[in-house]
Amino acid sequence: MEDRENAKRVVFVTVGTTSFDALVKAVVSEDVKDELQKRGFTHLLIQMGRGIFFPNKCDGADGSLVVDYFTFSSSIADYIRSASLVISHAGSGSIFETLKLGKPLIVVVNEDLMDNHQCELAEALEERKHLYYTHPHTLHQTLTKMELESLVQYTPGDGTPVARIIDRFLGFPDD
Amino acid sequence: MEEGCSCIYSRMASRFSIGLLMILAIVLLMVRVLYVIYRCGKPLPKGVSQSFTTLIVLGSGGHTAEMLSLLSVLRKDRFTPRFYIAAATDNMSLQKARSFEDSVAEKPAVKEASSQFMQIYRSREVGQSYVTSVWTTIVAIVHALWLMIRIRPQVVLGIRWSSIFYVESVARVKKLSLSGVLLYKLRIADQFFVQWPQLQNKYPRAHYVGCLM
Repeated sequence: MEDRENAKRVVFVTVGTTSFDALVKAVVSEDVKDELQKRGFTHLLIQMGRGIFFPNKCDGADGSLVVDYFTFSSSIADYIRSASLVISHAGSGSIFETLKLGKPLIVVVNEDLMDNHQCELAEALEERKHLYYTHPHTLHQTLTKMELESLVQYTPGDGTPVARIIDRFLGFPDD
Repeated sequence: MEEGCSCIYSRMASRFSIGLLMILAIVLLMVRVLYVIYRCGKPLPKGVSQSFTTLIVLGSGGHTAEMLSLLSVLRKDRFTPRFYIAAATDNMSLQKARSFEDSVAEKPAVKEASSQFMQIYRSREVGQSYVTSVWTTIVAIVHALWLMIRIRPQVVLGIRWSSIFYVESVARVKKLSLSGVLLYKLRIADQFFVQWPQLQNKYPRAHYVGCLM
């Protein structure tokens, strides 16, 4: 048991406050679970939000991936911290929370959403090699091809440039 | 006969004065609009004020997170008292703003005006049809005007200036949001900020400040 605990590698899946059944279904599909196990992950924890598709829990007694889920939590920071990989919907809050905690991230875009400006952010961050970006039906493909070590750590920004410009505009002396 | 004449004269006089008042009102409004367009974007002279009453408009969810992250680097003594506004249908943002204010509260020894938290009717909910949005936008404008009269009547009356700063969301990489387009094209914001270089190329009057998150 101890060995298993030490070797525990969790994949945390989050859909934020949305409903994203396509992602939940994709993540518990056999080929995705197989690929995750091949990559050395042991646990799959799904935060499923307002979705109506409830995956099957699995205790992993037969050596398969441990699968668990919950709907909401007031803060997912701790779940992200204990994860070795995060698979997230394309909400900017989830994306930056994960990047700031320095975890490898795969962003999955919800094709059912109209006016999908969310994918612009995921695309732009992928260009800068901070995450992988995919769709529910191509999640498996992304998992087979990904090289998590090649991801570039994200350096958080802050509002200092804005503060400086506003201060100067309002006539405050430069600090 | 004379009575009839004076009736006509008094009706003409009152129509004339109503017309004159209307023309005066329109001229005053035009002067005001031209002054606002002229004055917008001009920095204030140095040292004109130690602190500014600040109104913070919170969009929902990730936008609130971005705003609070930005506020955390502003010097609180320069931007006080602070008024927060969030949509009536947004139950999280004001809560987060209150927590933020509690976390930055100075020691009791330093007396500071307390922050206020208000809600406003949204002009359009996510997914709402643009047709019904016309009415809800009119309602929202009236409500906004009412809130402004309560917070800073001098600004509404045109006696004092209010500088407007707009920061476009980090999620906007290639296209501005509708709010952003309106504030940029109509030159309403004194200073306009974008977080991605593609937007600065399209909107050269904006400041490119990089990702703030």
